[in-house]
Amino acid sequence: MILLRLFGEFFLTGLFAFGGGLATLPFLYSLGERTGWFQASEVVDMLAVSESTPGPIGINMATFAGCKTAGIPGGIAATLGLVAPSIIVIVIVAKFLARFKTHPLVQNTFYGLRPASTGMIAAACLGIVKVTLLDWALFQETGLWGDLFNGKAILLAAVLLIAVRLTRKHPVIYIAAAAAAGILFQIE
Amino acid sequence: MDRLKAYLDLFLTFVRIGALMFGGGYAMLPLLQRELVEKRQWTDEEELADYFAIGQCTPGVIAINTATFIGMKQKGVPGALAATLGMVCPSLIIITIIFMFIRNFMEYAAVRYAFNGIRACVVVLIGDALFKLMKSAIKDRWTLGIFLAVFLLMSATSLSPVLLIVAAGFAGCVIQALKGGGRA
Repeated sequence: MILLRLFGEFFLTGLFAFGGGLATLPFLYSLGERTGWFQASEVVDMLAVSESTPGPIGINMATFAGCKTAGIPGGIAATLGLVAPSIIVIVIVAKFLARFKTHPLVQNTFYGLRPASTGMIAAACLGIVKVTLLDWALFQETGLWGDLFNGKAILLAAVLLIAVRLTRKHPVIYIAAAAAAGILFQIE
Repeated sequence: MDRLKAYLDLFLTFVRIGALMFGGGYAMLPLLQRELVEKRQWTDEEELADYFAIGQCTPGVIAINTATFIGMKQKGVPGALAATLGMVCPSLIIITIIFMFIRNFMEYAAVRYAFNGIRACVVVLIGDALFKLMKSAIKDRWTLGIFLAVFLLMSATSLSPVLLIVAAGFAGCVIQALKGGGRA
């Protein structure tokens, strides 16, 4: 029963992939190799689509891989499999925390966790800057400072930053405006 | 009926977040701040930082972990299920449609340009959200030190985030013990 196997494989992925959606990538490669359900080049396509469509990247990839393997029911089975361990683990953690929240040990742990979590978000943000506002890969290849900066994208980001700070509308408004600007100015 | 309405509210809130987040789990941060902290006041910046910390050091997709946690806090296990299903729904629908109809949609130049614009926007939105979060997470020079250490290690090395999170939690306990003789 392929749906059951899909569920099982993605359940294991969800259980062992630490550090967010991108951490599921190596699992997908190995799954494709072991089962022949899809190929490595197809995993790259899945990643490109998953990164550029809304929703969590890990979930998008699971849906895509499941669809590829067994159609729409496969997409649903893979996604539910990926999500199931999260639900189980988080429900247990939340119950534990609700009971021990005021314990000094838990409080002190979170005193250290909060800046660490923020530091990780800052690092992720820098990672996106490297591929959007800067062209880090091209710069390392050519060594030319002119190749490092993506002028159009930086200009767009600067305008958006001012708009966000001044107007404080729903994020989707800025996203829609940015998409339109991208097409209008042909941002690479 | 009121319970059902609360579950539906959770479900729809996360459908909205799932449909509007581009670029993975971190892109959910500005949306969470807007929906949960500013609009609903279900939580505050500090708790949101806790959710993210937990989402990062537990297995699975960060966005799903965070959604499950918030649902659980609001309405127990059924709330956790409602929030998680809401988060997953837009992905299932959008990816299935792309899979069925527009397999190579990234090959259209206009689509590529649009997404390059969106990425620049995501940087700004995450940066702005990050700034708000830093104000609640960085309270003294110790927490500033942890922030900088994790930022540098994550950017420059390939250390596991789990390791860093565990170390930071441990450091938090040690610092507090040094500061207040063991009292929080």
